[in-house]
Amino acid sequence: MAGNVGLAANLNPRAETASIMESLMVEIDHLSLYYGEKLALKDVSMSIPKHRVTAYIGPSGCGKSTLLRCINRMNDLVDGVRTLGNIRIGGTDIYDRSVDVTELRKRVGMVFQKSNPFPKSIFENVAYGPRILGLQSRSDLEGIVERSLRGAALWDEVSDRLHESALGLSGGQQQRLCIARAIAVEPDVLLMDEPCSALDPIATARIEELMLELKNSYTIVIVTHNMQQAARVSDYTGFMLLGELVEFGVTRELFTNPRDKRTEDYITGRFG
Amino acid sequence: MSTRLAKTWRGGEPFIWLTGGALALALLLVAGLIGLILYNGLGFFWPKSVVRLTLTDGKAMTGQVVEREPVPGKVGEYRIKLKVANRDLYGADFQWLDESQIARRSYPPEIAVVERTEWGLLVGELAEVREGDTVVAKGPEAAWAEVRKRMPEAARLRSEIRGIETGEIGAINYEQEALRLRAKRLERKGVTAGPETDAIARELAALHARYKTQEARLTDLRKQQGASVVVTADGGKEKVLPLPQVLDVYFPNAMGGPAKAWHYATRLWEFVSAEPRESNTEGGVFPAIFGTVMMVVIMSILVTPLGVLAAFYLREYAKQGPFVSAVRIAVNNLAGVPSIVFGVFGVGFFIYFVGGSIDRLFYADALPTPTYGTGGILWASLTLALLTVPVVIVATEEGLAAIPRGMREASLALSATKLETTLRVVLPAVMPSILTGLILAMARAAGEVAPLMITGVVKLAPSLPIDGFWPFLHLDRKFMHLGFHIYDVGFQSPNVDAARPMVFATTLLLLAIVVLLNLFAIGTRNRLRRKYATSAI
Repeated sequence: MAGNVGLAANLNPRAETASIMESLMVEIDHLSLYYGEKLALKDVSMSIPKHRVTAYIGPSGCGKSTLLRCINRMNDLVDGVRTLGNIRIGGTDIYDRSVDVTELRKRVGMVFQKSNPFPKSIFENVAYGPRILGLQSRSDLEGIVERSLRGAALWDEVSDRLHESALGLSGGQQQRLCIARAIAVEPDVLLMDEPCSALDPIATARIEELMLELKNSYTIVIVTHNMQQAARVSDYTGFMLLGELVEFGVTRELFTNPRDKRTEDYITGRFG
Repeated sequence: MSTRLAKTWRGGEPFIWLTGGALALALLLVAGLIGLILYNGLGFFWPKSVVRLTLTDGKAMTGQVVEREPVPGKVGEYRIKLKVANRDLYGADFQWLDESQIARRSYPPEIAVVERTEWGLLVGELAEVREGDTVVAKGPEAAWAEVRKRMPEAARLRSEIRGIETGEIGAINYEQEALRLRAKRLERKGVTAGPETDAIARELAALHARYKTQEARLTDLRKQQGASVVVTADGGKEKVLPLPQVLDVYFPNAMGGPAKAWHYATRLWEFVSAEPRESNTEGGVFPAIFGTVMMVVIMSILVTPLGVLAAFYLREYAKQGPFVSAVRIAVNNLAGVPSIVFGVFGVGFFIYFVGGSIDRLFYADALPTPTYGTGGILWASLTLALLTVPVVIVATEEGLAAIPRGMREASLALSATKLETTLRVVLPAVMPSILTGLILAMARAAGEVAPLMITGVVKLAPSLPIDGFWPFLHLDRKFMHLGFHIYDVGFQSPNVDAARPMVFATTLLLLAIVVLLNLFAIGTRNRLRRKYATSAI
């Protein structure tokens, strides 16, 4: 297939930007995924560099969320899912039988499309992850909560009402709380599944700002519908279509000089 | 025309009227029911005036007017039902009387209504007070003064006697029973003589001596109450009533509004706090209230974990498919099985099988007297728990289904295991739904009578399921229940007419208890909801 030749050429970000030396965080290697009989991801291979924002774009149903959820194995929860190939994070194959999925998720945090705070206080929401990991000391927890909320640029807004219900926060605040909750356990990778799709432009701008700050400490992988968003925040972008990774490269190049016709059609708005 | 009619119908106006009318009718029925119960139940305690009727033939009749209705077959004529009381003197509590026979009505203030420990009310005039055979006071006023002076002492003696009977003698009975069981155990082991049997015999003798002293105290106390009051009723009939039998004396015709209100309040308090007298037709219903509430509480403790765990398995762990659907349908249908069927199951399984086995294993010494192998509050509560478990399962399952998937995913993505997610996120979030289920279960259980009648409720329980003897909580005991009390008093009592107002009062009380239990649970649920407020639940 002609497309596969192009794909092979685009596999490695290092091949694209030979001048920049990136260290790799996540390596996806010939990953295919089936929902029952249906093939949802077709032989996807790519590398995600450390401390960068990597975005997946593509039309609805192209498999970008599925790919994202493979990285912390959230797809395991769905009945009838089967994967081929493997994903390595820091050199370990996360689909290896010896891998404890809870250990994996400690290293790979996730923020969801719809903000989903627990029906608990703001404090308890952020402290949830550390508590699960067995941390009990009140002062330690308080430190982590403050640090995480500051990290998510939420501290100033909620510091005086930490023990009120998280559900009283606005949509944007809730989403930043979810980010704080995810970084409270200090993961290596932060997955974000369309984190701004339910937010207004101002809240979206704040989260985008936040992502640019967070990438100094975390490797961020984001799925988005919004091509402008991908262009604004990401360093690398992958375009997906019908379960295939059509093109993957440095964001600026992908948007200004796409090498695949389908990418060009999509980003110029001819379909999708 | 028909098109216009069709148009009106399509406009929706008639349908709104139809639906509104249906709702109004339903509300009217409920309001009527509650109004009837309130009127009859609360009216029961109000001190009614006593009328003295002088009949056309010169005879006098005294009593309270209970009912007035047209005489069948005679237009414009009425008859009244008079509560004449004095069952021991006249043989009946009530008399029907045509109004045409009445020459004059009067309300003499000196007519007294005496509440006593047996034979129901006594209505008449206080004539004199005697101490033994000597007359201490004569004439209505002097007699009343004397009675009033002596009543507190009589009440004190009465409570002291009661205290000895239930306290000291109760304890002696309890110890005697324990000794009897010990002796029986020895006997089964083949020990018929020796130091142990001797010890038992010695202790029995000591108990007997203790019993003798208490008995002597009782006789002594009873001797102190030599006074009696003479009451004259219609037709010159006299009743010599020993003062200890007098519970209360009041003069309804002489009472003003506040006095009547005070009397009303004391009667109401007696009703909810005292024990029943005279095969439940007089006195209070405290043991029935206690039994009802305790049974509901035990049932709640049993049903909640069972129902919640079952619902969690069905919704969280079971692989959804035709089998689980079938189980779900079966559980739903279980809620529609007639309650007496559960009662029969309770008798067959809990009492005969489980209870019988417990008796053989742990209470063999008491056999053939059953301990758990007969109806009791535990078995009644368990039967009701079984009856209400579908309600809890369904409510919990609905709550679980309403928890957003994102909430579980968020927890799992934070490296929580499924168990941690279930316990720390799902369970708190589903708590309001669990309480909703529990509220429905309690409402159903508190009102259920049929299965209880065969699993442990009795007309008159000698003691409450909680008392001062180890182990304090006696789950094997039979108990009294308001629902059964209504049935018993209203339809099984020897004097249905006299007991009827009590039926309404008890019904009102049962309703009040159900409402109170529900309010308590609803309050708890609302507090939890505020704490775990989620949009989805």
